[in-house]
Amino acid sequence: MTLTKGLRALGRPVLASLAAIGRVALFAASIIGHILRPPFYAREFGVQLLHIGWFSLPVVGLTALFTGGALALQIYSGGARFNAEAVVPSIVAIGMVRELGPVLGGLMVAARVASSIAAELGTMKVTEQIDALTTLSTNPIKYLAVPRVLAATLAVPVLVGVGDAIGIMGGWLVGITRLDFNSATYLKNTIDFLEGWDIGSGLVKGAAFGFIVALMGCYHGMTSGRGAQGVGKATKSAVVAASVLILASNYILTEVFFTS
Amino acid sequence: MIELIGVTKAFGPKRVLAGVDLTIASGKSMVIIGGSGTGKSVLLKCILGLIVHDGGTITLDGQDVRRAERDAFLARFGMLFQGGALFDSLRVWENVAFRLMRGATRHPKAQAREMAIEKLRRVGLTPDVADLYPAELSGGMQKRVGLARAIAAEPEIIFFDEPTTGLDPIMAGVINDLIREIVVEMGATAMTITHDMSSVHAIADQVAMLHDGRIQWTGPIAEMDACSDPYVQQFIHGRAHGPISAIR
Repeated sequence: MTLTKGLRALGRPVLASLAAIGRVALFAASIIGHILRPPFYAREFGVQLLHIGWFSLPVVGLTALFTGGALALQIYSGGARFNAEAVVPSIVAIGMVRELGPVLGGLMVAARVASSIAAELGTMKVTEQIDALTTLSTNPIKYLAVPRVLAATLAVPVLVGVGDAIGIMGGWLVGITRLDFNSATYLKNTIDFLEGWDIGSGLVKGAAFGFIVALMGCYHGMTSGRGAQGVGKATKSAVVAASVLILASNYILTEVFFTS
Repeated sequence: MIELIGVTKAFGPKRVLAGVDLTIASGKSMVIIGGSGTGKSVLLKCILGLIVHDGGTITLDGQDVRRAERDAFLARFGMLFQGGALFDSLRVWENVAFRLMRGATRHPKAQAREMAIEKLRRVGLTPDVADLYPAELSGGMQKRVGLARAIAAEPEIIFFDEPTTGLDPIMAGVINDLIREIVVEMGATAMTITHDMSSVHAIADQVAMLHDGRIQWTGPIAEMDACSDPYVQQFIHGRAHGPISAIR
């Protein structure tokens, strides 16, 4: 009897989790299905590109700048233990473009964009604006979710690319002002040891993280519960789910890109 | 003609509609009354397909609404939502012209704007409101914009979900008169949900009372006040005591 109760208690959340994964998968499939089918909402896409891409640039840029600087200091300090201070430029560059640029950029966009999308769409849901869209013969997934997901998937890799450059610049700045590196040597070491796929893999990760951020924002927003509490919960869930999925998918993508 | 036969809907263990039978004749104005939480909005959303009903059939001119081609079906409807449901990110005229700028009957932007301003005039709003955002409007103005959006594409059927909720009595009277005028002028079929008895008298040709998931009473407005149904009498006179429990 106790065993049955225990199994039931264990099974219920497992089944609920599987059902939630299924709902998210169906939602994602629906968005992908709508991306290629008209009508296309170019204006909404443009607005989202501006909101997600352009307006996230300061936060992503500042994060990258400070991370690059701190990374240079850490590698210099750690490298000094075995006389490897000279590797600072290459490790900063590789660390930024492969890992820290996409992951921190993705997490910052998750905090800024997933919350904003979930709160906006959640409010639209509770104020019946999403129902109103349907009555006006407009598919809410096509009109609301597709432009956001597409814009995030395209904008985040660009943000990651810019963040990589700013992060490397942060390392260079600290290197020449605090660690007595020669500017030209620092830049030469950065370029010489950096490969195309280092950058490419980070950009692919950026696209995946952008998709995840917007997907979580849209899903939790459009399935938000009633009232302020419902919208608040949707916003929190969107940020938490996006952040965890970014970190999990980062590990999987790193396995695929660099260990096979 | 909209016909509902034995329509049921439950949310988990909570049964909201328990077999609704109702007919709304073309060109007539039907008002649904009933206590809070009796499923009036759910009924309306079931007709539109925003909520999928569990059982029974809903037909529009003889065709099952679940089998109808969605865009063509929805193009026949206009709806005024309880809170207006205006799109915050769009200007007033873009809200009104939303349907006019999309779909098969898409109009050029300038023409759609002119048509939207004309509809705003029809609901008593001046053209300078057109470029404002919904958040810059009062509750009464938002209702009027919602009404203008509902009638913008001149639909055959218009639904009004609690059109006077949250408005002062004068503004409620203005909205009631507008609804009546527009419905008569357009010859549209109208279905209104309200608790407001002054709205019922101003808008209705027919009245139906929803109680406990079923239609408790239905008949012409002229017969409502004199009808002997104790539920209707309690509701229209707002009595605390009677067959409808005050605690629901």
